[in-house]
Order: sequence, then structure tokens, then C-alpha cells
Amino acid sequence: MIPPAFDYVRPTGLDEAVRTLADAGEEAKVLAGGQSLLPLLRLRLAFPELVVDIGRIPGLRGVREDGDVLAIGALTTHHEVVHDPLVRRYAGLLAQATETVADPAVRHRGTLGGSLAHADPAGDLPAVALALDAELVAVGPGGRRTIPARDFFTDYLQTVLAPDELLVEVRVPKREGWGYRYEKFHRVAQSWAMVGVAALVRRDDGHIAEARIGLTNMGATPLRAAAAEEALAGAGDPDAVARAAQSAAEGTRPSRDASASPEYRAHLARVLTKRAVLAAAGMG
Amino acid sequence: MTHISVTVDGTAYEDDVEPRLLLVHYLRDRLGLTGTPIGCDTSNCGTCTVELDGMSVKSCTVLAVQADGCEVTTVQGLARDGAWTPLQRAFHEQHALQCGYCTPGMIMAARDLLRENPRPGPGEVRKALEGNLCRCTGYQNIVRAVLAAAEETSASEERQNTQEVTA
Amino acid sequence: MTDQAVAPEVGRARLRKEDARLITGQTNWTDNIDVPGLLHLAVLRSPMAHARIERVDVSPALERPGVVAAFTGRDLAGELGSLPCAWPVTEDMVLPDHPPLALDEVRHAGDPVAVVAARDRYAAADALEAIEVDYEPLPPVLDLEEALAEDAPLVHADKGTNRAYVWPLRTGEDYASVRQRADVVIKRRYRQQRLIPNAMEPRAVVVAPLAASGEYTVYSATQIPHILRIMLSTVTGIPEHKLRVVAPDVGGGFGSKLQVYGEEALALAIARKLGRPVKWTESRSEGYLATHHGRGMIQDIELAATREGRLLGLKVDLLADMGAYLMLVTPGIPILGAFMYPGIYKMDAYEFTCTGVFTTRTPTDAYRGAGRPEATYAIERMMDELAAEVGLDPVEVRRRNWIRHEEFPYTTIAGLTYDSGHYEAATDKALALFGYDELRAEQRERDERGDPVRLGIGVSTYTEMCGLAPSRVLRDLRYGAGGWEAASIRMLPTGKVEVVTGTSPHGQGHVTSWSQIAADVLGVPFEDIEVLHGDTQTAPQGMDTYGSRSLAVGGAAVHRAAEKVVEKARKVAAHLLEANEDDLEFTNGVFSVKGSPEARKTIQEIAFETFTSHDVPDGMEPTLNAEHVHDPENFSYPHGTHLCAVEVDTETGQTRIRSYVCVDDVGRVINPMIVEGQVHGGLAQGIAQALYEEAVYDTEGNLVSGTMADYLVPSAADLPEFVTDRTETPASTNPLGVKGVGEAGTIASTPAVVNAIVDALRPLGVHDVPMPCTPERVWEAIRSAQSSGTAQKEAPA
Repeated sequence: MIPPAFDYVRPTGLDEAVRTLADAGEEAKVLAGGQSLLPLLRLRLAFPELVVDIGRIPGLRGVREDGDVLAIGALTTHHEVVHDPLVRRYAGLLAQATETVADPAVRHRGTLGGSLAHADPAGDLPAVALALDAELVAVGPGGRRTIPARDFFTDYLQTVLAPDELLVEVRVPKREGWGYRYEKFHRVAQSWAMVGVAALVRRDDGHIAEARIGLTNMGATPLRAAAAEEALAGAGDPDAVARAAQSAAEGTRPSRDASASPEYRAHLARVLTKRAVLAAAGMG
Repeated sequence: MTHISVTVDGTAYEDDVEPRLLLVHYLRDRLGLTGTPIGCDTSNCGTCTVELDGMSVKSCTVLAVQADGCEVTTVQGLARDGAWTPLQRAFHEQHALQCGYCTPGMIMAARDLLRENPRPGPGEVRKALEGNLCRCTGYQNIVRAVLAAAEETSASEERQNTQEVTA
Repeated sequence: MTDQAVAPEVGRARLRKEDARLITGQTNWTDNIDVPGLLHLAVLRSPMAHARIERVDVSPALERPGVVAAFTGRDLAGELGSLPCAWPVTEDMVLPDHPPLALDEVRHAGDPVAVVAARDRYAAADALEAIEVDYEPLPPVLDLEEALAEDAPLVHADKGTNRAYVWPLRTGEDYASVRQRADVVIKRRYRQQRLIPNAMEPRAVVVAPLAASGEYTVYSATQIPHILRIMLSTVTGIPEHKLRVVAPDVGGGFGSKLQVYGEEALALAIARKLGRPVKWTESRSEGYLATHHGRGMIQDIELAATREGRLLGLKVDLLADMGAYLMLVTPGIPILGAFMYPGIYKMDAYEFTCTGVFTTRTPTDAYRGAGRPEATYAIERMMDELAAEVGLDPVEVRRRNWIRHEEFPYTTIAGLTYDSGHYEAATDKALALFGYDELRAEQRERDERGDPVRLGIGVSTYTEMCGLAPSRVLRDLRYGAGGWEAASIRMLPTGKVEVVTGTSPHGQGHVTSWSQIAADVLGVPFEDIEVLHGDTQTAPQGMDTYGSRSLAVGGAAVHRAAEKVVEKARKVAAHLLEANEDDLEFTNGVFSVKGSPEARKTIQEIAFETFTSHDVPDGMEPTLNAEHVHDPENFSYPHGTHLCAVEVDTETGQTRIRSYVCVDDVGRVINPMIVEGQVHGGLAQGIAQALYEEAVYDTEGNLVSGTMADYLVPSAADLPEFVTDRTETPASTNPLGVKGVGEAGTIASTPAVVNAIVDALRPLGVHDVPMPCTPERVWEAIRSAQSSGTAQKEAPA
């Protein structure tokens, strides 16, 4: 199918981009890699009057160290994230989960910032951002603000970003010595996650000292499995992990769609949490 | 209309295009490069895979304006003076195509894999082709072809290296 | 001097002549075709499953830039008849009108309502948004059983029923009395989910008119240029001889392009009306609504057997979802299956009834296997149920019932005469390749230690009727045409050869295989042969490609036509060599006189001599050309044994195929490389039905799996490596001994996979998982078996 007509601008700098968005109001769509937006346009599920292509704004791409934090430019592609040595060293969970996004060609174009700003709860990276305690840096007419990932996602495909705000950077606390695992459950390789579990585990003396669990597709937004995280603290063997994982679906509201029922999703969340934590803790 | 300049298979083009024009339609309808077909509207099938500045992309999910200033390589730009690339030869020799509709995309996706991973195992080939659908072959001979091309390429590189050493 | 022995072409893994253009992008897909002045068509489709059209106004679309014309169903009603159904399976079959553009009512989501012609495809797509339509919703008809109820809403109100037909077959003894003497009676219900064929090339059609002389060239992504020509002539009133139909490069079909589609008729009518060339290309998601679906049946099957596991009888009640209209062969698809439910087994009674049911969904029609996979699935699942019931190994229960090789030819309970086969040999080979006993041992060991990932082993032995079809059988089945195939061979003056075939390949490699067949008969090099097809101007006579018929019928025609060429050449050779025809030997393309090998003429020399015609026998026409139309005397019956091992994760319900082995007997093999490729592709589609694919509709009749993101076509990452092998029992029903291979893999693999899943779970009390066996359905099956306490270990002895 064929996208509806729209106007197009390709700002050369951040200020110009923000100004353009502010002028256009609700009728503009931001184009980064386009891997989510273009299918929507082709199916005529979106009708923007203006598409603002931020793809060539300098300075928004790449990974750098900033003290205890990895600062990842919003336009860094999935492919770059997967292969970046800093990401692999300090945020292995992000690299591992990103490698499961769509397929190689899509990963060449799709961007980390785009995936987060699109805020699809079935997307893999929002839950990972939650588990990693990432912070998202946005720039708007009022300047720059930093939003904790837990406050960023508000509803299905909704974030706290204002229409004239751009996500410019994803800041991930550097974690060394943490185990991690992204367990993605899907029916075919390129389909969306039916459920995904992003687990980060810090071990201390053979026990789990701290676990951070992000859930993909268990509600209208990505979620943290808070009850399971709490129950996991102190778990020292696989049985204890399995017991703790039983609470992984608490507080979630998974949807019913053609691919799964809410009950099955809840069941998967428990099983996958167990598996992800065992793998992350090196107990699997 | 937006002005773009794009180099496709070594030829430079300048055109005014509607911003919504998909790269694949630009290639097919404007440039007449119909070697790259279209198989879906959701970025799933991969038949339209081309290289954009050396990286595989689905040309149905890229706007022509996004390719402004870029180099595009399609399946039509692979053979040099009628000589097929190792991948093209391997697809022929391993019977990796039947109707051939997915073949341009498969070859472009496989090129991408071999650039990053010149000696992949069968599992890695299957994973790398996850975004390209074929309905005829059951993929078995496609996997064989990619492995055969990898082997041929590295064997010929080895030969070359040996020759350089002896020279 | 002795002639070098030349290895025969038949049997060689010749690389394909077709490949060069396909791997370099020098293709000729229908959508590639451009014609000066071309207009692009876009079709507005119903967003509802069932509604009355109160009003359609296309005039706002005409205001849009680039739009040249727009039409409603009413605008074109005078120009277009109903789309054809060529298979009225019963005398009283209900045959509704099927206008190419809806007139008063839409009957499935995607039913076309209006069409726009514009200067480019973008303008045409935009203009659809401007068309105004008022719909008065009508109740959807979705459930096959409810549709048959007295007070059910009707898909076609004027017909007074949703029942399209009832087609019975009763053979052998009376089933009811056989059932009475049975020790074991097993009854099951299986669902054949709807599938979307998903040929990689979406459909497309281009019509180029020559208005001055009323001639039209139709380029279409079709499997059936010849049938299409006849049918489009009927639908549009354009005389057949003024229509040329071309199937250019066609990117797969799998039955979905065995159709006469509304868009083909519309394009022709609009090209005629405007006097301009037009093109229509479907998008994938549009095709999901507009291109016919496959399968869609409910199978109630009952089997009666002895406690030793010997089959006595089979009773099948089928509800077949026709969708909203009867298209080209819609009603006949389940009837093709009717003959295949008994499979490879012997029994005393068989009772079959098929009821065709209208629903407000996209019409169904042929999809790879067409009726035969459904039948094979049901019988092969039932054989496993029987094995479990009587406590036999699934392979053993099959052995006890199948036709033994010394019993061929064998007339089955369904009335087919299987000419040849060797089920024992294929099965033994498959079991050895698979490591059956070792896997059974591992299965027991894992079961004993309570491994949550359970191993399951599935077997499927199948046969199918291929080589469609003897024309007289088709008459008896009330099909509207014959089943012959035509070939002609032109021996060119320079000794090169043109083979013209009536088959219409779209991936099967006919150009290569037909070259091999002709090369052997004519004794000319493989490279010297060109095969022409898919154009009613160059290949005027044909019945096209579907139903694994091309080689068994069309290949046989090529073979016979080539023999006729040799017979003609022999006359010329005898004349030139001043010898008696009977004294000539013909080897590797050379005629020589027995006893004096230096007296010789090559067939190429004969071709040139015939061309000059300076010295040919008196009264002989100066040509070596020959044609042959082959009407098969019987179907051909490939068979095989497929074995699948799965690992089922009982925690998540996910199935992983661990190994897959198949041994197929497709008769004599022309090109083993091509045959193997056909098997691979068939396996992928059959496995996809078992595990992944389903056209899902919601309760309103909307297609939920409406894009390729929702309908799960498996990729390389989702499928296993297959082990394929063959046995070779030549068919006796055609001169090549071939049987057909296009559908085999699809037919056998679906039950092999599901049998494996059920085998893994049977000790837990599971005896079925509905297709596709999604992780959730597997999980659900385990849960409900556990809650009903049917696990084997807890069952009383």
C-alpha cells in the first residue's frame, strides 16, 4: 500500500527541529529510522501533515561514556547498539535484547530512540529501558529535561513527550558484574514478543542480592515485575527462583489478542521470569 | 516535491520526488529498475531488500528522500561484465530459487550477512535471513547456497593470500 | 567408429535454465510491465463482512488529481457477467451470482465495491479515500454449523439457504453394519483452519488493448493463461480469438493463481471502455482479503476396526467453508479429498458426505494439495488414535492395513485404482534414516525421568492422486473441462528445438525438465532446446499448471510429441540413406543403417534436409514439427513415509521440530535436484499449517490476521533442516513413469508434525491439539487433560 501525502522537512540542527515541531503542533510526525512509522503510513493508519526527518541531525548518534553512565544517542541504530563495545560491556542486556528486534535489515535503520518514543508495549526495548533504570533526555522549546524510564511510558503508544519534544539521548547506568538475560517468547522469529522478560541480576555470595525485571507486552506500557523482584532478593537456588517467579505477573494487565489470552501471557511471564533470572544468575 | 540525488548501481540520478515516495517505487517506477520486487506492505517479507550505503534495508520501508545523497545497490548492480557474484552462482548451483521472486532480497540479505560474518554456520545463516520470506524452497537450499558462497569466497581469498605470500 | 555413449538427460540434476534472469533481476513480473499511456487501477473494498450497499458515489474521486475514471458495480454491470464456477459438483448445487464489483450487497470483508483508474498508483490509492459508500450492516455468517440452522441469516438471501451442496459417496459394504461388528470405534472432529496461500508475488494484471481491431492482451500473474482466456471471453463477451493471455514470470501460485479473478475481468472491461492500457497490482494485505484462501473445513470422522487394529470402515462428514461465492473450482476442492480419506489402507466400507457451506468470508479454493492434505491429515491422525486405542506402535498399525506391494494394481474402497507403490520399502528406508528405535528409546528414558521437555514422534504415510486428470473421470465428477495436456515440438532448420508446452510454470522448472525429456528422445543437446510457455499466442493449447499435473500429463505430452518428431525424421533418414525404415537405428540423435554404421545422418542434418525439402520422400510435408495432446488414462499415485520428531516444552507449550525425515516415491525422477526442492517447499508449507498459519476472523467477520505481520509465514529461522530421500516405483499410467511431486511434502508433513506433538503429550492424557498447534493451544491441551485427569498413568488398566 501507499502512504498518504505529507509535507517533509529535514532539519539540520536540533533547534530547527524543535522549532518546526512546535510550529506544526499535533499534525507532525517525527521520522527517525522510519521502521515503525513507514508501515503505519503504508497501511494508512497514520495521516501526518508534516513529517520531520531528524535522521541527519548531527550529534544524536553514537555511544559515549559519561562518568557512571553510558550516553547513547537517540539515533543510534539497533545494529550499532548490538555491536557497540561499550554497550556490550556495560549494558549487555540492551545489546542482547536489541539483537532480537525484527530482523537485520530493520535493525540497520531502526533506532533506539525511535523504539522508545514509539512506546509499543510489545516492543522489546521499553521493558529493557525500565529494567536498566535508563533515563531519557528530551529537548523541547523549553530546553532539555531528563525523564526516568519509569515515568516515560504513559499508555499504549503514549509517552510523556510533548509533540514538540524530541528524545535525544538514552542514559544507561553502567553495570559491571550483573548477570542479564532477555527472554523473548514469540511464535516466529520476526514476530513481536508475545511476552518478553528482561532480567538483570546482581549476585552476592551465591545468592541473588538484587533483581530487576522488565516485562514486555504485559500491559499497555512496559512494566516492572516489582513483586517478583522483591521475592527474588535472597534467593539462593533454582527452587527459590521458581517460587519467586510465581509473582511475576502480579499487577500486570496483559491484553487478549489473536496471538494469546491474558491468562496465557501471565503464565508465560512467570515461566520466562524464572528462566531469565536463572540464566542471568548463572543458575540455569 | 523534494530534490534528491541518489547513486544506484553506480549511476548517479537527480530527481524531484514526492516526499512520500517509497524508495522501492522510486527504483521501480521512476528508474525502471524492476529487478527489486515488492512482496508485502508491513516490512516482513524482505523481497525488496537493497543496500543503502552498504547496509541491507527494506526499500519499501525507506522513503526515497531518506536515500538522498546515498548509494544504493540492487540485485541488478551485482554482476560485473556479466560475471555473477559467488552468491549468485551459489544460488544457481544449489537450486536456491524456484519462482525467484524472493531471490533478489535473499541475495542482498545474504551479502549483508557474509560481509559481517564471512564464515557463518547454518544456524547463523537461518537467523540472518529471518526477515526474508520464501514460499517455494523451504529455505534448505538457500541456506546451502549461502554456506557454499561463503566457502567459495574464503577459499578464493585464501588462494589470493597464498599467492601474495609466494610472490 | 562407434558412437560415444551419451548419458541420458533424464535423471540428471541439471541446473536450471530459468535461473539466470531471476538471480540478476532481469525479470518480467506482471507489475514490471509498462505500456505507453498506462493507467493504474485501485479497488475500494468493503470494510464489513456483510452489508447492503445503500449508496456508492465515485464522483468525488473524479475530482482528485490524476484520476481518469471511476466505476461502481452498476456502471459496469452491463459489461461484465458473473465470475465463473467451472465445477458444479451436483446437479442441484446452489450457484450464486458473483459480480466482479458488488452490486447491492457485500458478502465478505474485501468484497470489491468500486474501482478507480488514475495516472499513477499513488493517485489511484488516494482517490479511493474520496469515494463515498453507505452500508446497511447485515449479520455475518461465520460458523459452519450455525449457518445450516433453519433461521440462520443468509449469505445469499435469494438462494434461501447457506447450503451450497451435499455430495455423498458410499462404497463397499454398508458402513453401519460394518460398524456393528467392530471391536473399536473411534470418532474425532478435526478442524482444517483457513490458510492464506501467500505466493511471494502478489497478484497483478495488465491489459493492453488494440482498440482499433478490438484485440486485447492480458498479462496476468496467473497459473492458468489458457483457462483464463476462455473464461474472460465468457465474462466480458470479447471473442476468444481476440484475446491473448500471457503469464509472464509468475512468482509462485500454490493454487491461489488457479483462479479467474474479478480484477482480471475488471481490468479488461475498463481497458475496453477507456481504450487505454490499465494495470492493477494488489498489495499484500489487500491480497489477504481478495485472493482466495485454502482449507477451511470441519471433519467429523469415525473409524471402525478390530482389536488387532485392522480397519473395517470409515465414515466422514465434512463441512466445507466455501466463503461468500463459488469461484473457479471452489466446490470441487473437498471432493478431490473424498477419494483420499482411505489413504493407503484397505477396508470394507466407506461413507463420505460433504456439505458445502456459504459464509461471509473470502472464498476458498485450491491451495497446495487441494482437498488431499485435509483427507490425509484426518486419516493419518486417526491411524494414530487407532494405534493408541489398540496398543500398537503407530507404524505397526499402518503396516497391518496398508496395501502390500504385491497387491498392486489395487482398487481402493473409494474406487481409485492405484497402479503401483511400495509402502514397505519407503517406510523401512525412512525408519532407518530417522533412527526410529533409538528415538523411541530416548522418548521412554525422558518420560521416565520426567523431563518437562517431552519428545514426540510422528509418522505419516500418504498417497495422493496426481496428474489431474483423465477427462472422462472429470466428466463423471461434473468438472467443466478435460484434463489433457498439449505439447508441440518444432525442429528448427539449424537443428535447434523449440518445445511448446501447455503447462504454465511459476517456479517448477518446466523449462529445464522439459528440455531434459525432449533431449533424450530427440538425441539433441540439452542446451539446444528452448521451452515456450505461458502465452496463448505462442502456446495456444493447454490446460495449465496445478494439481501436480504438469509432469505426469504435460511432460508425457512432450515425450510423445518428441517421439513423433523422431518418427518423421526416420522417414526422411530412410529416404536419404536409401534404407528401409526398419533397418535404421536411432541412437544419441544419429540415424544409422544396421550393419553399416558409416551410413548415418544426424537428426540436425535431417532437420536441414527437411527444411530445404529438396529431397524428402514423396508426399511428405516439409516439416519435422509434431504435436501431441495427452489425456491420461488414470491418475498417478505418489506416496511416501514422513517421520517427525518434536520436542514439546510442557511449561510454555512451545514445539520445536528436532528432526524431519521423509522418503517419497514420486516414480521416475526427471531432475532429482528439482524434485528435492519441491519436497522442501511442500514440507515448509505443511509444517506451517501444523504450527503457524491461520486466517483468523473475529466475531464480526473481520480478518484479524490481515497483514503479513499477523499471519505467520515461517522464515528460515523457524524451520528445521530436512532429510529427504526417495524410493522409485515407476508409474505405469504414463510413458515417463512419473507421478508428480508438487504437493507431496505439503500433504504428508502436516499430520506427521501434529502426530508427533500428540505423541509427546499422549501420556499426559492429550489426544488432540487443534491446528495450528500454537504454544497456547498446546499448553491449554495439557492443562485441560490434567484437570480432567485423563493421564495414562492415572487411568484404570
